[in-house]
Amino acid sequence: MLRRIAIVGASLAGLRAAETLRARGFDGELTLIGDEPHRPYDRPPLSKQVLQGTQEPEQTFFRRKDGYDALALDMRLGVRATSLDLHTKRLALADGTFSDYDRLIIATGARPRTLPGIAPRTGLLVLRGLDDAVALKQELMNAPRVAIVGAGFIGLEVAASCRARGLHVTVIEALPVPLLPILAPALCDMVAAMHRDHGVDLRTGCIVTDIIGESRVNSLVLSDGSQINADVIVVGIGVIPNTEWLDSSGLTLDNGIVCDGSGQAAPGVYAAGDVARVANQWHGDSPRIEHWTNAVEQAVHAAENALAGTGASASFSSVPYFWSDQYDRKIQFVGDARRHEEMVIVDGSVADRRLTALFRRGDRLMACLAVNQPRALIKYRKLLAECVSWEAALTA
Amino acid sequence: MKIVVDLNQCDLHGLCVEAAPEVFEIGDDGQLHLLNETPDQSLRAKVEKAVRECPTGAISIVE
Repeated sequence: MLRRIAIVGASLAGLRAAETLRARGFDGELTLIGDEPHRPYDRPPLSKQVLQGTQEPEQTFFRRKDGYDALALDMRLGVRATSLDLHTKRLALADGTFSDYDRLIIATGARPRTLPGIAPRTGLLVLRGLDDAVALKQELMNAPRVAIVGAGFIGLEVAASCRARGLHVTVIEALPVPLLPILAPALCDMVAAMHRDHGVDLRTGCIVTDIIGESRVNSLVLSDGSQINADVIVVGIGVIPNTEWLDSSGLTLDNGIVCDGSGQAAPGVYAAGDVARVANQWHGDSPRIEHWTNAVEQAVHAAENALAGTGASASFSSVPYFWSDQYDRKIQFVGDARRHEEMVIVDGSVADRRLTALFRRGDRLMACLAVNQPRALIKYRKLLAECVSWEAALTA
Repeated sequence: MKIVVDLNQCDLHGLCVEAAPEVFEIGDDGQLHLLNETPDQSLRAKVEKAVRECPTGAISIVE
């Protein structure tokens, strides 16, 4: 008997799971537990519109045409789930209460990595949640010099937003060029040149060895011996999945919650979003994916399978997609270019910073990067989903 | 079923085109076009997928 479903994690995946359960006719008790005090909000604008001041933080809350009442949720916000007992089907919460479930969907996301060996202090920030964005925006009001550690997408978006505010920006990246693990060197160079042309002081091939400033940050010391003055330091060096609360649960944890193709981690227990490693047919693997669309797709998948019950599992097949807005460029990426063997620019050019690039592994099209070419992305996303050959992709 | 797209919100991710190509298209002008404002009920599941997957929440179904 399916009377109670609990969802842990009140962000995009948690919300879409709740919406899907109701849309598919689940009319039992539905509990949504979130450790942040906020109702679900959208993260992509935080590093862009919110930091640039073109969108107020409260405008990131997901709007629901019929409000939250229609979902009839028991929303428990500002309270963290602390443990899970699979046998009694019971969650323990940080406020001392419990939540019993017949089905459970876990979407606890991830949290930013911090610099190892560096103590927290004023002016040293990360950007993940709404409160982080509000705090960072506040700091930037009185911070002419910003240093960003890590030239991943979050770091580069923060850099672009800070430049839009007219701030002096230094970006520090350990690798010789930004985004090297996921793109090809020529494209990484293009991204680096774009930021330098917009006035970013991009320092590659070095790491932060120390941060100077006791009560508040003052400067950074880099491994090449240089020192950079900074009023604010933003660290964007990746995330850690939030699974510690499940350590004693018996679920398989390995850089996330390991799930089968139905999104199931244990009988009646599902996971979705940044915290999950769902077996993905397209990948032939169970990657942990930190993208917006992945959170939606896995949440819908988990919710549908939670209602269908154990054994009624569908397999999951999805081509990863993400985007990044930096200056006047929309960077869209679909597929997986890691371990690619060849990259070909099929339209546009690096010089124009407007292009479509395809990636090959073996005889298969594996990924497409489109910069300011949204129509091309749609075309190749379809071909990627169909697992077309490299030859077919080049002549499409 | 009637569909409304807020073009000011549309960010050309094209996920709606993939979900419901019968209804959405990005044209030669680089803009999203609604091919059918009042699609048949048989397309409801596809349009609902387009709505929930739109990263900017630009698509609404107004009954």
